[in-house]
Amino acid sequence: METMIQIKDVTKTFVGKDNTVEALKGINLDIHKGEIYGIIGMSGAGKSTLVRCLNFLERPTGGTVFVEGKDLSALNGRELRLMRTQIAMIFQHFNLLMQRTVLDNVCFPMEIIKTPRKDAVQRARELLSIVGLSEKELAYPAQLSGGQKQRVAIARALATNPKILLCDEATSALDPTTTKAILALLKEINEKYGITIVIITHEMAVVQEVCSHVAIIDEGVLAETGTVEEVFQRPRSKAAKKLVFQGERQQREEMKGKRCVRIVFTSNSSFEPVIANMVLTCKEPVNILLADTRDIGGVAHGQMILQLPEDDAAAEKMIQYLKDRKLEVEELDNYVG
Amino acid sequence: MWDSQIIMMLVEGTGVTLYMTLVSTLIAYALGLPMGITLVVTASGGLKPNKIIYKILDIVVNIVRSIPFLILLVLLIPFTRLIVGKSYGATATIVPLSMAAAPFVARLVESSLLEVDHGVIEAAQSMGADLWTIIWKVLLVEARTSLIVGATIALGTILGYSAMAGTVGGGGLGDIAIRYGYHRYQADIMIVTVILLVALVQILQVIGTKLSKKLDRRITG
Repeated sequence: METMIQIKDVTKTFVGKDNTVEALKGINLDIHKGEIYGIIGMSGAGKSTLVRCLNFLERPTGGTVFVEGKDLSALNGRELRLMRTQIAMIFQHFNLLMQRTVLDNVCFPMEIIKTPRKDAVQRARELLSIVGLSEKELAYPAQLSGGQKQRVAIARALATNPKILLCDEATSALDPTTTKAILALLKEINEKYGITIVIITHEMAVVQEVCSHVAIIDEGVLAETGTVEEVFQRPRSKAAKKLVFQGERQQREEMKGKRCVRIVFTSNSSFEPVIANMVLTCKEPVNILLADTRDIGGVAHGQMILQLPEDDAAAEKMIQYLKDRKLEVEELDNYVG
Repeated sequence: MWDSQIIMMLVEGTGVTLYMTLVSTLIAYALGLPMGITLVVTASGGLKPNKIIYKILDIVVNIVRSIPFLILLVLLIPFTRLIVGKSYGATATIVPLSMAAAPFVARLVESSLLEVDHGVIEAAQSMGADLWTIIWKVLLVEARTSLIVGATIALGTILGYSAMAGTVGGGGLGDIAIRYGYHRYQADIMIVTVILLVALVQILQVIGTKLSKKLDRRITG
């Protein structure tokens, strides 16, 4: 596959008054044509600096960046600006011109390359229909929602037919539904026009949603690279593991209830899913802290310790439910916490 | 004493004051706007950082701004003579007025341009915009509202300075106030000139505020 972006030994050091920060410490990465490449890392990992090295908004301290085989550091100012018209970028905070209409925002990059106004307007209208904002062309950015602003930014980014689209935390300021819609739009653009997309994010969910490949950056070094499947299924590095499990940990609700009960099975049918039925009836989860049961001739024997929900009414209801099932229910004090 | 002659004199004085104020403001902007832009562009972290140019401009602006206007007026007399041919009257006053106001305008422009969101500038850079495009189409346009507010402040200040120039034969309402009110103890004329000056500032302020709001696209609805 054709290499679109090649990053070779890129380092970036910021020299401050009383401290120097090594933001990137020797990054090597190949991004191929037509890929949606995710670069993920915690905040401060250096991912925003890395993406800015791809269009030389930040000049790397060391190493080289090749775009379509051209060494960016070898270009003069004019050539670099020309190159940038082929490397579009969208941002977390959209960065639209607030004093221009939506249509004129999309026309702006075409003004830079001196496209005749008539052609620019026509192209801008086309793009606005692609991102689904045709009816908003005369609105100003202040009148749009976050998702709409990002759509305008995407239309603007596509105006000069770029080969690469860099997305710097493009969905981080959006709610989950809008994020999905924007990611779907990016995927559609990638498939329709074959644009190589580089997505910078701190959310694994974003990478899983659209990316084909992912690089995990941690404290200025690449911890792991590969296809999304590989990295997600078998994260090897510590940073990867942290990111992969980040989503799950957030979703898992912790049981906060302090009330625990011990139930003893002696005569119930082992075919009756007592606990599951209780959860379904009461619509509250329980936490099985201990279970030691066995099926002896179709009859359940043994004991279980359950942590009940925090809500007292629900807990009472469960105890009653279990008692109705002729189970021995004994409340335990301070079993947890 | 409120004969047509005096009324004519006040009307003419108002005209002269407006003439001095507007022309001086225009010249002050012709000088101050490029200075303000240069300050922003050459500042560290600016679009084209240049310590030497920035420092020189910064110092010049500070020096001129710290000289009291009346003293600058006197200091500049030879220069004024060179340009206008005489050192008194309305046209002659425009020279020191513009000179005094230019660094003030430079600071107003600088602070307006610094308000422009850095992200928008970065976006323009990422599209391949050159320095001029960013200045003309991003900085000046995005800062438009703030620049107009600044220009309104500049007009008011320059109007005040023009009245001060009246003490040394500068012409206009300030001149009338000094000659009649101070030298001839005609307090009524002085009060009328003051009222006229206040009214002028008010009118300019209202126009400036309206214009800046009308041209601001960030206001929704």
